[in-house]
Amino acid sequence: MQSAFSLSFSHSSLTTPNRPLSPSNAAPRNLRFCGLRREAFGFSQSKQLTSCRLQINSRRIKVSAAAATNGAPSKSSFDYDLIIIGAGVGGHGAALHAVEKGLKTAIIEGDVVGGTCVNRGCVPSKALLAVSGRMRELQNEHHMKSFGLQVSAAGYDRQGVADHASNLATKIRNNLTNSMKALGVDILTGFGSVLGPQKVKYGKDNVITAKDIIIATGSVPFVPKGIEVDGKTVITSDHALKLESVPDWIAIVGSGYIGLEFSDVYTALGSEVTFIEALDQLMPGFDPEISKLAQRVLINPRKIDYHTGVFASKITPAKDGRPVMIELIDAKTKKPKDTLEVDTALIATGRAPFTNGLGLENINVATQRGFIPVDERMRVIDGNGKLVPNLYCIGDANGKLMLAHAASAQGISVVEQVTGRDHVLNHLSIPAACFTHPEISMVGLTEPQAREKAEKEGFKVSIAKTSFKANTKALAENEGEGIAKMIYRPDNGEILGVHIFGLHAADLIHEASNAIALGTRLQDIKLAVHAHPTLSEVVDELFKAAKVDSPVSTTAQSVKAVV
Amino acid sequence: MAVSSSSFLSTPSLSNSKSKSTISFSSSISSFRHVVFRSSTTTPSHRRAMTVRSKIREIFMPALSSTMTEGKIVSWIKTEGEKLSKGESVVVVESDKADMDVETFYDGYLAAIVVGEGESAPVGAAIGLLAETEAEIEEAKSKAASKSSSSSAPADSAEAVVPSPPPATSSPAPAIAQPSPVTETVSDGLRKTVATPYAKKLAKQHKVDIGSVAGTGPFGRITASDVEAAAGIAPSVASPPPPPPAATTPTAKAKASTTNSPPPLPGASIVPFTAMQSAVSKNMIESLSVPTFRVGYPVNTDALDALYEKVKPKGVTMTALLAKAVGMALAQHPVVNASCKDGKSFSYNGSINVAVAVAIGGGLITPVLEDADKLDLYLLSQKWKELVGKARSKQLQPHEYNSGTFTLSNLGMFGVDRFDAILPPGQGAIMAVGASKPTVVADKDGFFSVKNKMMVNVTADHRIVYGADLAAFLQTFAKIVENPDSLTL
Repeated sequence: MQSAFSLSFSHSSLTTPNRPLSPSNAAPRNLRFCGLRREAFGFSQSKQLTSCRLQINSRRIKVSAAAATNGAPSKSSFDYDLIIIGAGVGGHGAALHAVEKGLKTAIIEGDVVGGTCVNRGCVPSKALLAVSGRMRELQNEHHMKSFGLQVSAAGYDRQGVADHASNLATKIRNNLTNSMKALGVDILTGFGSVLGPQKVKYGKDNVITAKDIIIATGSVPFVPKGIEVDGKTVITSDHALKLESVPDWIAIVGSGYIGLEFSDVYTALGSEVTFIEALDQLMPGFDPEISKLAQRVLINPRKIDYHTGVFASKITPAKDGRPVMIELIDAKTKKPKDTLEVDTALIATGRAPFTNGLGLENINVATQRGFIPVDERMRVIDGNGKLVPNLYCIGDANGKLMLAHAASAQGISVVEQVTGRDHVLNHLSIPAACFTHPEISMVGLTEPQAREKAEKEGFKVSIAKTSFKANTKALAENEGEGIAKMIYRPDNGEILGVHIFGLHAADLIHEASNAIALGTRLQDIKLAVHAHPTLSEVVDELFKAAKVDSPVSTTAQSVKAVV
Repeated sequence: MAVSSSSFLSTPSLSNSKSKSTISFSSSISSFRHVVFRSSTTTPSHRRAMTVRSKIREIFMPALSSTMTEGKIVSWIKTEGEKLSKGESVVVVESDKADMDVETFYDGYLAAIVVGEGESAPVGAAIGLLAETEAEIEEAKSKAASKSSSSSAPADSAEAVVPSPPPATSSPAPAIAQPSPVTETVSDGLRKTVATPYAKKLAKQHKVDIGSVAGTGPFGRITASDVEAAAGIAPSVASPPPPPPAATTPTAKAKASTTNSPPPLPGASIVPFTAMQSAVSKNMIESLSVPTFRVGYPVNTDALDALYEKVKPKGVTMTALLAKAVGMALAQHPVVNASCKDGKSFSYNGSINVAVAVAIGGGLITPVLEDADKLDLYLLSQKWKELVGKARSKQLQPHEYNSGTFTLSNLGMFGVDRFDAILPPGQGAIMAVGASKPTVVADKDGFFSVKNKMMVNVTADHRIVYGADLAAFLQTFAKIVENPDSLTL
């Protein structure tokens, strides 16, 4: 725990650039143009779609069967111990944990339970990606032949694909709702806002009080100025996930996670894709080595071209027999550069916090570009830089790390704090994944970030790498394309970052993220055994390839000692 | 290249292309290391000069994979002026597949870097110069300067092709421009060239100047198939074309209904479609969306049969005769040669290309006799033989089987007396020809006689071709066949 703490603290400038203390980190242009908002952790922003951990859900249900009921209201005069505004994955995670801790909990939702992830994000997109992965495989004659398989031409029914996505969203939404109902969390319907300290309004004029309040209102797709979204030919991820059409040619503005995943879906379904990226290279935010390889596999051989270093300054929907028109200007000189004509434009420039109308002025909180400022314990900071008592903000609304599972982790961290156990979440241990085919996943620092930190703090950095080509299971699947890379400290065996690009990378990253979260050192974990033949041996290879100077620690105790 | 200022420098660049053979060892790619030097002169006539110049060698962009056409310099490991020894890595090159170190095969000095980091150069282009002695570095540098100035010019123009095509690009448009109402697309053609991502990729791969390709896609854009047609290649088989979104729903539904059919009887075997059969299947399903109707017409073939006997020794086939007759009739009835692409307009075709259905092992293909109205009978026959030969050996180029504007299908040789054909998508009409048979006919005076008659039956798209149009066309066709002398003109 100790190590986790120190890590997160020393990196606060990386992980929490939103704090008023470090205005230099504010990089609004990133938000606008490329789906990034952060210099250091920019990639996290657009990750919305990609990852949420609903297993929390089922796991918790079991726990709750025992713990069972929503806590009785405490002796105090409050209606609830905890009110959560927003029933997305973050709010849900917080609610379940709160009940487990015996808090009487209510959750307020103005739209549908599940929030972005479940209804308009990671969940339906995974359904589409499941289809695209299979299409890709079936269309790859060479791949099939190498298995000795014969398949006649693959085709798809667009509505069938779209239905799969919406059915999945419905199913997960019901699961989420039921899990909260089963625990006795009060689900209050209506738009919630903060009336004052420990006081919340929802719906028309229902006022309730709580000892603590968590804001978890999430985010909406960010649409830069000059872009007219009509929902048909100029769309955001909200529309795209309904898959109402599969255009012949789609321009995707932003090559972050959202854009990449959609390019995977659309190219598999037969569209051609043009990326528009404001930065000079595609896939900014990924480890450079990974993004280079990913570009070779995910972009170059597919029916994709791209314009980098440009902004889409104006996008007009198709009308009067004209296609969608996109005006590009140079990102640096702002001079007009090109005009594109496409059938559809998908705006994947990141997400903007959804914090309007929350009544923040009642408690003297000023948002920063819409984000609610918080400290490392998710406590809301007011206009004077002071902490607002009993008010927390988690998830996309605080913008620390815009991932569903990060929101949930932050929620759990807050519940830990309000139930008397201090807890600071180590954001560097939160994994992220992009579910392209093959997948990309990562945890911790990229190589350049690690080198910068190493230089500043005066330690050495080593890199271990392995290829999926060396993995038996990957070869059996004819999926040898991919690499895994680990950045670590050779002096004490600390893992600084792991990046994987290859088959099921998203599932493989957790061994590394758990090691980082728990402070496990390489000299210890390299002795752990992996089943053969499995993909997990890719990570095993990394651990074993590491050259660490310090000896194996005999007990967990000694690991702490090293810290 | 040859624009360099001094004659001293121009020679080596001339010899570049010839000296390529000297670096055949660069194909020993196995070890990820490539040796990419060539001496700047080999021309024997310049032997005297060579002794001087051979000490400045070019480092050129190696071909790191069979598909690599250009490479990007990731980084120069050595800097200008640095000493190199044989076998040392000099530069890292990024190909379409990987980054690779490129090593030197000679000792010397890296005299000049012609292509900087982050820049790209085509395979075989000089990216740097190696001097044998320190003294020659300066000389090499001046050479590099001239090289980069002369080589940057073509590079620029090559690049310019994509973003801003020269106005000349629109000039090919009239060549395929339709005779009548399609003015809209022609005027659109005057705007900048719009090509889809895959079209651009293919154009680069097959070295097709995208500016010279006429776009037939939506809004006049250049699609992958336009580039493939321009490059004269068959659609890639490796990645079968993704299902066209528009047609998907009906296709999928049709598929669903077939899968719902009862399970196969015991002992039945299921054989997946070949690519050609899938294409036929897809086209057939697609054809269901076109409202068609049919008009039949009996044609007296006595005169045609007589002509056929006469020209047969000269290698003329019945197919050529019929195609020619169809072509001539179509010339008088352009609407039957038109097609309806979008449900809103007529697309009149500029040329009359008669596709003729041919059964080939397990499938069906329609080689096209282009300009059937204009070519003479003998040329048509020759062309036809060639096409059939290619069809059998599966070597037809796309434009040889998909450029038809009208289709002819003849089952007469099997004794079929009449049948009706399915209209292929993208065309306005198809003619089904039955066997010519002796038939008793009564003339207007009541005299009986026996004449050879064949039934032709045309299926047409009623959105553009109406009953009277088709009847008039058939009448013209019958007249030509019944007075076939014009066929041989």
